[in-house]
Amino acid sequence: MSNTDIIIHDEKDNVGVVVIEKINPGQDCNCWIMENDKSVSIQSKDEIPLGHKIAMADLNEGDTILKYGHDIGKVVKIIKKGEHVHVHNVKTKKW
Amino acid sequence: MEIPKIFLGYKRENGRAGTRNHVIILPVDDISNACAEAVANNIKGTIALPHSYGRLQFGADLELHFRTMIGTGKNPNVAAVIVVGIEPKWTKRIVDAIATTGKPVEGFSIEGVGDIDTIAKVSKKAQEFSMWASEKQREECPMSDLWISVKCGESDTTSGLASNPTVGNLMDKLEPLGVHLCFGETSELTGAETVCEKRGKTPEAQAKFKKTWNDYNDFILKEATDDLSESQPTAGNIAGGLTTIEEKAFGNFQKIGGCQFIDVLEPAEEPTKGAGLYFMDTSSAAAECVTLQAAGGFNIHLFPTGQGNIIGNPIEPVIKLTANPLTAKTMSEHIDVDVSKILSREMNLSQAGDELIKSTLRVANGRLTCAEALGHKEFVMTKLYRSA
Repeated sequence: MSNTDIIIHDEKDNVGVVVIEKINPGQDCNCWIMENDKSVSIQSKDEIPLGHKIAMADLNEGDTILKYGHDIGKVVKIIKKGEHVHVHNVKTKKW
Repeated sequence: MEIPKIFLGYKRENGRAGTRNHVIILPVDDISNACAEAVANNIKGTIALPHSYGRLQFGADLELHFRTMIGTGKNPNVAAVIVVGIEPKWTKRIVDAIATTGKPVEGFSIEGVGDIDTIAKVSKKAQEFSMWASEKQREECPMSDLWISVKCGESDTTSGLASNPTVGNLMDKLEPLGVHLCFGETSELTGAETVCEKRGKTPEAQAKFKKTWNDYNDFILKEATDDLSESQPTAGNIAGGLTTIEEKAFGNFQKIGGCQFIDVLEPAEEPTKGAGLYFMDTSSAAAECVTLQAAGGFNIHLFPTGQGNIIGNPIEPVIKLTANPLTAKTMSEHIDVDVSKILSREMNLSQAGDELIKSTLRVANGRLTCAEALGHKEFVMTKLYRSA
């Protein structure tokens, strides 16, 4: 079994979580989808540390971020597949 | 894994079963702590449960105080109870309610007697109770005698990724066996509240949850000087990769797996609708939440942690699990179950759930938790508002 770099909760999710110390720009990463035990791969565009999220698809302003198969906020700045997803490009819909 | 059908517990007079066999000295109020602690020091096999309140409370806050005191005494992990208060009236109210279980319970009041003579009288009764309880034997009990409560703390991204879903996996596997289950943390479901509401099994349960969460949110909006976006998630959560309150809430929500809740409980309220999952309206502070769940009658607790919360409870054993490999290593004396191998795919969620079930049964059968071995006995009353 290859090492897992990224874990995705749900098949519908458009973000995954880095589970190694960090991933580097241009790194080919192995992703594991917990819901169905499938594997996919993605090339990172940014350096992303442990516990932080990576975009699994291109995302436009106003798009919804899905994690755990649920809405966890909105995109406020265009995100390319493989880029770091965090407070600089995603905000809560709550407040 | 084939799930065991039985555990070894202490059968109680009212048909419930305990995973522990405590004799407790329960002070009604803050000023009776000294007497209760002196007795527990005198008589081996007893524990005192000191706390900070019980005087001049009124209304819903006083009712919660009584519910917590009475529920703690009624918990099946408690074999016998001595209640000590400054005045006889409130003491008797608690004694009478605990007595409905059929377990040995006696009350003493200090006013007009003084600490020293009260300590002597209580010590004699405590010795009798302790020696009586010491003869109780564990017997085979069905899994449905387990009442399991859950709460997470010091959460990080590994909690939502692995340790909380491990608890959810256990719930999915044990719910069909007729186990009672309980989750709480009203405040930390913010962002997932509408999804959580839909997990109510009946329209009544859903409406009750919605009202409970709305009441909490109204309280926050009234007291907050700004919105909570500076506090939820916290700076630490953000550094750890959590971006929004919704993301944090959905991590928390993983603990109930695919289960539906059948009712919403007031803080410290005992469930009455049979086996299954209940939501209890609680604070998200660990010791307050577990104290309320124990008072609701739950007899074993699962506590996933990311960064390493160290909480325990005097009557309800608290089993800790973590998926954070660093926490498992640096705080190993606090961690009962290490599921960090989920992150490296050396273990899947179902295997982790099985490991947690095995550990839960070992503790139900009598193995000390890390928190018990380390002496954690956090008994923390929830206070709703100022006293009169």
